[in-house]
Amino acid sequence: MEMLSGAEMVVRSLQDEGIEHIFGYPGGSVLDIYDAIFQSDKIEHYLVRHEQAAVHMADAYSRATGKVGCVLVTAGPGATNCITGIATAYMDSIPLVVLSGQVPTFWIGDDAFQETDMIGVSRPIVKHSFSCRTAEEIPMAIKKAFYIASTGRPGPVVIELPKDVQNPLNKFPYEYPENISLRSYNPTLSGHKGQIKRAVAALVNARKPVLYVGGGAIIANASKQVLELAEKLNLPVTNTLMGLGAFPGEHKQFIGMLGMHGTYEANNSMHNADLIFSCGARFDDRVTNNVDKFCPNAKIMHIDIDPTSISKNIHADLPIVGSVEVVLQQMLDLIEETQATNDSESINAWWDQINEWRAKDCLAYKTSDTHIKPQQVIQCLYKVTKGDAIVTSDVGQHQMVAAQYYPFKEPRQWINSGGAGTMGFGLPAAMGCKIAFPDRPVVCVTGDGSIQMNIQELSTCMQYNIPLVILLLNNRSLGMVKQWQKMFYGGRQSHSYMDSVPDFVKLSEAYNHIGIKVDKIEELEPALIRAFELKDRVVFIDVAIDPEEHVYPMQIKSGSMEDMYLSKTEKTDA
Amino acid sequence: MRRIIAVLLENESGALSRVVGLFSQRAYNIESLTVSPTNDKTLSRMTITTDVVNHAELEQMMKQLHKLVDVLRVTELTQSAHVERELLLVKVRTVGSEAREEVKRTCDIYRGQIVDITQNLYTIQLTGVGSKLDAFVATISDASEIVEVVRSGVCGIARGDKALRG
Ligand SMILES: Cc1ncc(C[n+]2csc(CCOP(=O)(O)OP(=O)(O)O)c2C)c(N)n1
Ligand SMILES: [Mg+2]
Repeated sequence: MEMLSGAEMVVRSLQDEGIEHIFGYPGGSVLDIYDAIFQSDKIEHYLVRHEQAAVHMADAYSRATGKVGCVLVTAGPGATNCITGIATAYMDSIPLVVLSGQVPTFWIGDDAFQETDMIGVSRPIVKHSFSCRTAEEIPMAIKKAFYIASTGRPGPVVIELPKDVQNPLNKFPYEYPENISLRSYNPTLSGHKGQIKRAVAALVNARKPVLYVGGGAIIANASKQVLELAEKLNLPVTNTLMGLGAFPGEHKQFIGMLGMHGTYEANNSMHNADLIFSCGARFDDRVTNNVDKFCPNAKIMHIDIDPTSISKNIHADLPIVGSVEVVLQQMLDLIEETQATNDSESINAWWDQINEWRAKDCLAYKTSDTHIKPQQVIQCLYKVTKGDAIVTSDVGQHQMVAAQYYPFKEPRQWINSGGAGTMGFGLPAAMGCKIAFPDRPVVCVTGDGSIQMNIQELSTCMQYNIPLVILLLNNRSLGMVKQWQKMFYGGRQSHSYMDSVPDFVKLSEAYNHIGIKVDKIEELEPALIRAFELKDRVVFIDVAIDPEEHVYPMQIKSGSMEDMYLSKTEKTDA
Repeated sequence: MRRIIAVLLENESGALSRVVGLFSQRAYNIESLTVSPTNDKTLSRMTITTDVVNHAELEQMMKQLHKLVDVLRVTELTQSAHVERELLLVKVRTVGSEAREEVKRTCDIYRGQIVDITQNLYTIQLTGVGSKLDAFVATISDASEIVEVVRSGVCGIARGDKALRG
């Protein structure tokens, strides 16, 4: 059998797992692994400028491809710098394996230099973790980590590797396990037959159904089934922020995103539905608004691979544990077999009602002669990219506007931090996507606050020539915070101004990128066209937008789903 | 509602901290928790007593426990016939033979055992359900001065055919 050191085993195991890209940052406790990487020609390593960015890159790489993202960092500060990234992936169920160094086993517990209990620190935000105390454990730990990260409800897994375990002088027989089964971990994929029958019956009997589709449908690659089911039964479909792209944004049955900044028609359809069929969505508080007033007349049907998501916030009348893809296929097969149909008359009446809500045109906005509106920027982006770009975003108003005004065609096209809402996600996320898909246009829609949280990665872009477009919706403020302060804090703008935003054009140029400043609406489209034509450069477009613009619709706190502000002066009557 | 949850999990480092972490992270209440390896040394058995507000909370708690990668089986014991026991060790100070007699008598009534004696100190061992141990502690404190009390927390098992196995 082949003899390898612990450090070599790490690299070989990753290779044998099929890993091609890894994102990381070296340090004392992982130098042996870095030395093994240096000698591998199969794994491409990207050196970031901050470990948080490495995790976001791996995370977005995974979101865009469906593969597991992989990160390598040193002990102590290297590991703790990953925490925000790991929490971000955890909240959105993204499969990651994070390898972190650790002090030698014989120093653990002694407060040695750069000793941090990474297993303990990360425990609440990982799906599982491993600490390898001998080199022989490494291949199995890595195999298990990838298996656990990618199956069931995916999530991040941390592996801690003490320095002595990696020692290049000690060689051990190496074999990468082919198969694996864990007696304590067996995710359910297919739905219970009886439940499938009941679900089909409930669905075809519903007179006012809504298909409520979340990130789980994207993770499970269930878009085909969602589309087929929706079209077969002429169901209205709403996507969560995480589910955008799971159902085509320009499809006539798409009624928009739902929730806090959801459309008038989506939120009203939910509130008035008699059946809500959740496919991989978890009734998050940013969707339900006040749970006590949530959809009073609806029967709730819920598919989720994670049993804890079912009946956690909203009681499910018809729970189905399983993968969205498998369960929907089971339902489609049964519908086919039994030729089940719903009553087209009542569905048409339901659509008449929905179209009335749609006619309100809740996303209409007023343009101005003096200011560029953020909505115009996103609509222009859509036009120039023909709706085909991978769009990553940061967190704030710009994120909501991107979600509302760029109708995503496909799953894995919209990459954002929904569950954690992590500012600083957008740029490294765009880098991860571009590395996964070098030939696709990738754009990071960001804000003046968010972009500065991982701006150092412009340097990584320079090193590896990762050509992407950064589209900054610059309102010289922490816009979303300011919006809340204007609406709910008597306009007191406590620390939501960015008193000194840098000259982003000069900053980009300092990193050898191209910076373009856009102050007038006429300059926007040419700038975007140029940016996407320059295929080998990072282009940073700094668009001065109206700092007073708010995001609407917006649900009214403690109300039901149908209670919304529609503009600065208009709200639904409660 | 007091509930007893029995958990069978991998006997691996970190498993206990994941369970305890889960309870604090999700603001669940733990009244007692006992854990020890089983006859199969690769498995640990845990008994958790908790106080839940309703059935939904209990169900969520059990699902969350089951979601932990190390956990094989989770069951709730109070919903059907079960046996629960707790061990009490109490050290009491007694002065004078009359008090000593009283301690001995109380001990006999409760079927406790005196497991250690010094000139002034008795250490008593007692097993039973929590309320019996409470009553004993109250009674014995009339006859003597309590120096130290240690309780194991509840261990539980289902009656009859039901079994929690790997
Ligand atoms: C790391 C982090 N810190 C704080 C917040 C809270 N927060 C949410 S949106 C927002 C403002 C974002 O400002 P900017 O990036 O300029 O976006 P805008 O809302 O102006 O479009 C803040 C501070 C957060 N989501 N993430
Ligand atoms: Mg801003």
